[in-house]
Amino acid sequence: MSDKPENNAYWASNIRIVTWCLVIWALVSFGFGILLRPMLSGIAVGGSDLGFWFAQQGSILVFLAIIFFYAWRMNKLDAEYGVDEQ
Amino acid sequence: MDQFTLNLLFVGASFALYIGIAIWARAGSTAEFYAAGRGVNPVVNGMATGADWMSAASFISMAGLIAFTGYDNSTFLMGWTGGYVLLALMLAPYLRKFGKFTVPEFIGDRFYSPTARMVAVICLITASITYVIGQMTGVGVAFGRFLEVDNQTGLFIGAAVVFAYAVLGGMKGVTYTQVAQYCVLILAYTIPAIFISLQLTGNPIPALGLFGNAVDAQGVDSGVALLTKLDTIVTELGFAEYTTHHSDTLNMVLFTLSLMIGTAGLPHVIMRFFTVPTVADARWSAGWSLVFIALLYLTAPAVGAMARLNISELMWPNGTDGEPVTIQQIGEEDKYAWMATWEKTGLLGWEDKNGDGKIAYFNDKNTEKKAAMEAAGWGGENELTKFNRDILVLANPEIANLPGWVIGLVAAGGLAAALSTAAGLLLAISSAVSHDLLKGQLTPDMSERNELLSARVAMAVAIAVATYLGLNPPGFAAQTVALAFGLAAASIFPALMMGIFSKRINNVGAVSGMLVGLIVTLVYIFLHKGWFFIPGTNSFTDADPLFLTVQSTSFGAVGAILNFATAILVSNATAAPPKEIVELVESVRIPRGAGVATDH
Repeated sequence: MSDKPENNAYWASNIRIVTWCLVIWALVSFGFGILLRPMLSGIAVGGSDLGFWFAQQGSILVFLAIIFFYAWRMNKLDAEYGVDEQ
Repeated sequence: MDQFTLNLLFVGASFALYIGIAIWARAGSTAEFYAAGRGVNPVVNGMATGADWMSAASFISMAGLIAFTGYDNSTFLMGWTGGYVLLALMLAPYLRKFGKFTVPEFIGDRFYSPTARMVAVICLITASITYVIGQMTGVGVAFGRFLEVDNQTGLFIGAAVVFAYAVLGGMKGVTYTQVAQYCVLILAYTIPAIFISLQLTGNPIPALGLFGNAVDAQGVDSGVALLTKLDTIVTELGFAEYTTHHSDTLNMVLFTLSLMIGTAGLPHVIMRFFTVPTVADARWSAGWSLVFIALLYLTAPAVGAMARLNISELMWPNGTDGEPVTIQQIGEEDKYAWMATWEKTGLLGWEDKNGDGKIAYFNDKNTEKKAAMEAAGWGGENELTKFNRDILVLANPEIANLPGWVIGLVAAGGLAAALSTAAGLLLAISSAVSHDLLKGQLTPDMSERNELLSARVAMAVAIAVATYLGLNPPGFAAQTVALAFGLAAASIFPALMMGIFSKRINNVGAVSGMLVGLIVTLVYIFLHKGWFFIPGTNSFTDADPLFLTVQSTSFGAVGAILNFATAILVSNATAAPPKEIVELVESVRIPRGAGVATDH
């Protein structure tokens, strides 16, 4: 299978999608939830700030969105490259 | 009907349901015992994974840890959900494509080495046993409360129930019973939270109520945000503000990362993804799991914050500048009845140290507050002497004065959470021993009947060890479980990930990586928590750790980095993997051809 260039292109696309998803994953949790919280402290959310909301609620909601996006995108990619299960 | 009978009724009814399903779906062949014939729909699988995943740590322990610390313990929320992203993007679809039964099997085949498989078995057992200790702590608390016995007796009864339960069915029994358990546990968690959110904020959705305004006893909007009110009352009692960041940032980041990587490295969760019909389903299944998990995780911070507010107000019924609660009130008034019932478990305690007939609850380590309390005449010592974090969720409906059936439901839910996870872990341990160690290595010609028998013996031994170690747990349930995540993060996840994403990592590299990750992390934990968790044998404490500010619960992320680094260095210094392994990796990366999963 290694000699099939389309398989390499498929894998490269997958890696690109995974990388972007992980960037967002890290941004909402480690970023907004912890390290960047001081920068978000000006945005008030119900008695606290946006960083607190991301740490306790927002990051979880974004994680869900990432997983469903990835499943949808990859299943489409499988079909495009003809590597889906038949 | 009194509360004790009501609890027994709810717990008894839920158990009858699980056992009924387990008997109905009893496993016949070994394939069914481990992976239920791979016929499980992604939504059903997601729900079962949710039950499997949400253990005593999530259900019983987590909200209590958030309640008493506030923002800093958001790490549990992000860590235990964020790991599903890693699982969905980096492991689940590929492991399903590979199509074997167990995690060590993948590691053994990918790294073409029986040694790698054995090392994976050791890593898996170490992480899983630590995890079961945490479950046993939770089981002890739950049984202690609802049978009204002390914590230790509760632990022994719980161990017997877990044993009977886990040995009965394999994965198939477990899959469908876990769907039932999910329903019980999520109702038990959310119903009291909805009641309490309505009482305190007028909003039926706890996650929204947490960021809403507090209402007074008549339900009129007070114009003050709930979190502001909570921040005010806890600071008045001399504690740190609830919503602000106090702990060390490096430790907080590493702890979150450990929990995330550990989630994606825990065998009992990964095994779930072997049971979905297709690779596409494995991707969806991870998403569905997180949907069902998120229902609890979005509610937990609200449960924690609201309980903290309720407790503070109960202990200071006349406001923080009025008189504290009196011993007479605790003994007579209905809303304090929960204190007497929980005192029996030995996990809650109070003592009138200055003999004024009142129980003053405040932070006596805060010198300013201590002086103020002395001046007010309530004594310079905190008199609510013991409040175990693990009782908070179970005591919550009683603290909020909810009806008796809610309390019974919560007892059933807590047990469902602990039992389902313990069963899933025991299954992972027993399959590692019987399938990977005995059948795969020591006695390959073992009959199917003996394989099942040895699986059950392995379960029994694991429960005995975990119960014994659970008598002196290294922390509250969620903290012990966090150690298990650190171990899984440092040993299993890196090997799986590199096995899929790199064609260069070879047998020697993977084995040395896993060993370095596991041993360094385990030693670091033992140095801080005591050798084999025996109290007093530790050389360092988490307050003053060996390496920078990294606590033993956060070290898993460091262990994982060491594992990656060792594997890469060693692999590059030794021969590349053979051609057929490169082809194996290439085939795992592509969904086409799945479904022809090999039987062993």
